[in-house]
Amino acid sequence: MNIKRSSSLMLRHFYLIRSSFPRIFDLIYWPTVQIILWGFVSKFFTMHSDYFNNVAGVILSAAILYDFLFRSSISYNMLFLEEIWSRNIINLFVSPLKISEIILALTSSALIRTMIGLVPAALIAIPLFGISIFELGLPLILLLFSLYLFGVTLGLLVTAGLVRFGPSFENVAWASLFFIAPLGCIYYPVEILPNWVQPIALGLPLAHIFEEMRNILVNQSVDFKNIYYAIGLNFIYLTFAISIFYKSFSSAKQKGTLVNIGE
Amino acid sequence: MKRIEVKNLKKQFNTIEAVKGINFQINQSETLALLGPNGCGKTTTIGMLLGLITPTSGNIFINEQELNYKNHQFLSIMNFASPYVELPKKLTVLENLKVYGRMYLIKNLKDKIDQLVEDLNLKSFLNKRTGELSSGQKNRVSLAKSLINDPKILLLDEPTASLDPDTGDYVRSYLEKYKQENDISILLASHNMDEVTRLSDDVLMMKEGQIIDHGKAKELIDKHGRDTLEQVFLKLVREKNEH
Repeated sequence: MNIKRSSSLMLRHFYLIRSSFPRIFDLIYWPTVQIILWGFVSKFFTMHSDYFNNVAGVILSAAILYDFLFRSSISYNMLFLEEIWSRNIINLFVSPLKISEIILALTSSALIRTMIGLVPAALIAIPLFGISIFELGLPLILLLFSLYLFGVTLGLLVTAGLVRFGPSFENVAWASLFFIAPLGCIYYPVEILPNWVQPIALGLPLAHIFEEMRNILVNQSVDFKNIYYAIGLNFIYLTFAISIFYKSFSSAKQKGTLVNIGE
Repeated sequence: MKRIEVKNLKKQFNTIEAVKGINFQINQSETLALLGPNGCGKTTTIGMLLGLITPTSGNIFINEQELNYKNHQFLSIMNFASPYVELPKKLTVLENLKVYGRMYLIKNLKDKIDQLVEDLNLKSFLNKRTGELSSGQKNRVSLAKSLINDPKILLLDEPTASLDPDTGDYVRSYLEKYKQENDISILLASHNMDEVTRLSDDVLMMKEGQIIDHGKAKELIDKHGRDTLEQVFLKLVREKNEH
């Protein structure tokens, strides 16, 4: 793997974002809207609920973290879709770029795009609602890392679909996270789910990540078991997603669909 | 030296045999034109040479080394240009050349870009977004991208399609000059028979996945008793259809 070659693809997306105010605005706008919306919902619960006294913090933190996951996955898909839409994808495939270098470039660029969206939204929540996700402390880094891995995993799987089936798979890119959100236990504990669904939810890293986020905010303690589970599960899913990505390339070459991917 | 050698190359998509065991070679400093009607297997053949399509059987040798579809290093000595493949529209010409120069690990990239800008007359729109350029300008930028790595093998798919005669002639003249100076081998797919006659050393006529004739343009014209290559093309394609 050559970092310089991989960075060329990152540079391409940096140029694209730098030159387009609507793109920068779009990256910041949606996370901010999410935070404001959920901030008011949380405030309402605070005034009308005695379930626990940190309900606003819990819901808003969940919204911020979920948005981080959403952005990292969608950013991944967007970077690939940009290449298809601009009819540039063949130029990439006929260059010496390796698949591993494409994955590295998309993964790094997606992180930058996601941070552009997350940081302003997280900062806005502090003066507006008096809530800071930074209260999660150092474990926040592990939670974000875990969410990012899962976002990249989903991004890889959807991108593999785009490679294999072409732009018609685009709709799945947008819907992918909505499919998985109910099982992710983002805004509620795993116990809320029906008994038979709970093992499925616990098989996803998301349930462990958001469980731990609530644990930290409500109990003011850290259960590293949840974090380790989440990271462990993430590596299993990520390995699976990478192998699917390679397989879809190989299959697209067999079927000849790479040649027509931009059409 | 054989830059490209293709032996009994076949590609089958489900029940359709797109390429039926073709053989050809392109030597150093030679231009081979691939002619044929739409759907004859030209794009599939180019796709296999570029590693975009895995052949069903047969062999491809690049610089006398068998092409390994798992190792894409052979692509560092090749490049490709087609009006049907575009560069990112929102990036300026300079940004696009920087991105691709980096992708091909070009040393002294600034010097290389300066040279291409000079040779292909890109200076006046170097900082303009690629999407805002005219077809002729885009075509020259696409050509610059395809030469950024000083390729030993250049694959061109209808390089002058949709260009006005003046710009088309400019591109053809540039390719002739570039080939003479840089010892490059070119595979040219085109429907423009005058272009093929002017640029190619050898012509392959394809139809229904097979090579139906080959030779120098002049030889083919004489052999078939016609006045132009276009007449030869029409004769061969229609002859076969009548059978």
